[in-house]
Amino acid sequence: MSDEILVHVQNLKKHFPIRRGILIQRQIGAVQAVDDVSFDIRRGETMGLVGESGCGKSTTGRTMLMLYPPTAGSVRFGDQDIFQAKGRVLLAIRRKAQMIFQDPYASLNPRWTVNAIVGEPLRVHGLVKGSRAQTERVQELLKLVGLNPMFVNRYPHEFSGGQRQRIGVARALASDPEFIICDEPISALDVSIQAQVVNLLEDLQDKLTLTYLFIAHDLSMVRHICDRVAVMYLGKIVELASKDELYNHPLHPYAQALLSAVPIPDPKAERQRQRIILTGDVPSPVNPPSGCRFHTRCPIAQSICSEQEPQWRELMGGHWVACHLAQ
Amino acid sequence: MHTILEVNNLQTRFKTYDGLVYAVNGISYNLNEGETLGVVGESGCGKSVSVLSIMGLIPQPPGIIAGGQALYHGSDLLKKSQEELRHIRGKEIAMVFQDPMTSLNPVLTVGFQISEALQLHMAMNAEQAQQRAIELLQLVGIPQADRALHNYPHQFSGGMRQRAMIAMAISCMPQILIADEPTTALDVTIQAQMVELVKRLRDEIGMAIIWITHDLGIIAGLAQRVIVMYAGFIVEHASVDDVYDNPRHPYTISLLGALPRVDMSREERLTSIPGMPPNLIGLPPGCPFAPRCRFVVDKCLQENPPLTSASPNHEIACWVDVRTGGPR
Repeated sequence: MSDEILVHVQNLKKHFPIRRGILIQRQIGAVQAVDDVSFDIRRGETMGLVGESGCGKSTTGRTMLMLYPPTAGSVRFGDQDIFQAKGRVLLAIRRKAQMIFQDPYASLNPRWTVNAIVGEPLRVHGLVKGSRAQTERVQELLKLVGLNPMFVNRYPHEFSGGQRQRIGVARALASDPEFIICDEPISALDVSIQAQVVNLLEDLQDKLTLTYLFIAHDLSMVRHICDRVAVMYLGKIVELASKDELYNHPLHPYAQALLSAVPIPDPKAERQRQRIILTGDVPSPVNPPSGCRFHTRCPIAQSICSEQEPQWRELMGGHWVACHLAQ
Repeated sequence: MHTILEVNNLQTRFKTYDGLVYAVNGISYNLNEGETLGVVGESGCGKSVSVLSIMGLIPQPPGIIAGGQALYHGSDLLKKSQEELRHIRGKEIAMVFQDPMTSLNPVLTVGFQISEALQLHMAMNAEQAQQRAIELLQLVGIPQADRALHNYPHQFSGGMRQRAMIAMAISCMPQILIADEPTTALDVTIQAQMVELVKRLRDEIGMAIIWITHDLGIIAGLAQRVIVMYAGFIVEHASVDDVYDNPRHPYTISLLGALPRVDMSREERLTSIPGMPPNLIGLPPGCPFAPRCRFVVDKCLQENPPLTSASPNHEIACWVDVRTGGPR
């Protein structure tokens, strides 16, 4: 890992409009899925983005690569601004920044062979000439992700979940990327298969010097695979630190509660644990609470928390938190 | 301790166009009063089918209960008619399912669905049942229970729906609660709420629990005894401490090695289990885990090991002693 910043996300916002009306559609509100999110990713590192469902972590990842048009903010990749890029420039960025999706059943076209699926980026970016060269390159990629190269002419339904996720990884690698957004790549898989895919991602990172943004809700796996971790709640990043710093000394009350809620596969450790049980559910992102968005469920909230939005501040070297009360 | 449920040699199969699927292959266990038994395994290992079988919830055909017994207070549930089971299900043995959206009726109010069971099983009139339903919703921590009673399932969040399911399950003070992956669809903070709730209710009502999950983490904090299943067989059965501290079956060992921990930094690689679970149509004669096992010996490929005692209160189905690599 170097100190060179590969991806720079600044004040990223993504609001989905809510419209009502049949002929004349008026916007009556917006789902503030991602609201003012900023972070950097260094070359060669794995950045974790964690949070519960609906916190905006996947939307952040998708908006970063313009799979959703952004509402505001900027994302710099290397020395280029992704949101300003058009045509060839954008195509060149897309080649270097790829994505692995959550659902290995929905993200592969069931009517295409593996050759067509993994070969698509090669065709789009003009990386191979002729169908024979494409098949050869696809076979190389299959070997790289631990699949039998003889499978090139099979269809997705002939593979198990873990194997399909490997196909998704091979497709992401086809255009020789520098940066891959892994959007919950293992949450649809069984435990024994999860470890296979995680080990594969780690091996590929070493072999090809890849940079990952690893989006997940499994905090144990994130601790295993990531270098730095950002915690999201209701569209905002509430804490960001190196993984050991965050897991050993979480500062934000939400991060503390989240970490204490994760079960540990060890009965002795479980008996000694003190859980912080949050009450209620996550509020709606259509009408988020005033001030700190967590104050409605926060066990230590004070009056300032509902009045003022907490600043994003660095408390210790590299440990950032958005909380009035954290010290 | 008094045994309330004793399952002997249960076998469940499914007829499909491709052949017979051997979903549950002769499993035996018992459940004591007030005890929590964890059943863990990956998808398709037969953990859900095994409890659905004893509840008479496997449609036949295509399902076939090929053999075995499920003795509840000494009488065999597998021999009872649906009519007889109807008086036991919900009243004495209740279930909570994985997906609260598909297990609640979307066109009936939550209150109606809770009081229905009370009127059927507890001979309450509508007014009493409604009053009790409010108390139950309060017990599981739903705010403004008297108003929530008139809501439909879609007006509830995922966590609230699962709370309503739990309220329904405990409404008749069952002796056994079967929880089939009840927290899998929920977020971790909501899951923690749910686990605390079930623990509290268990201690208050004194019911026994069978908790089915693929998450070894939840079981560690909840169960007293654990069954590990693979390909329709029980491969390890021991107290919760033994399973985690001293696992003796190669599958359990690999499964634990594949899990990272949130409270510890671990630099070494996760142990991945090569290959994938076997096809349950036409299982090979040997141990079903043999093709993925790193301790495999010749005997494993020829003969399936029975579940036998490895030490007091610790049973495994394996020919090999993993501590020495030699035969047991």
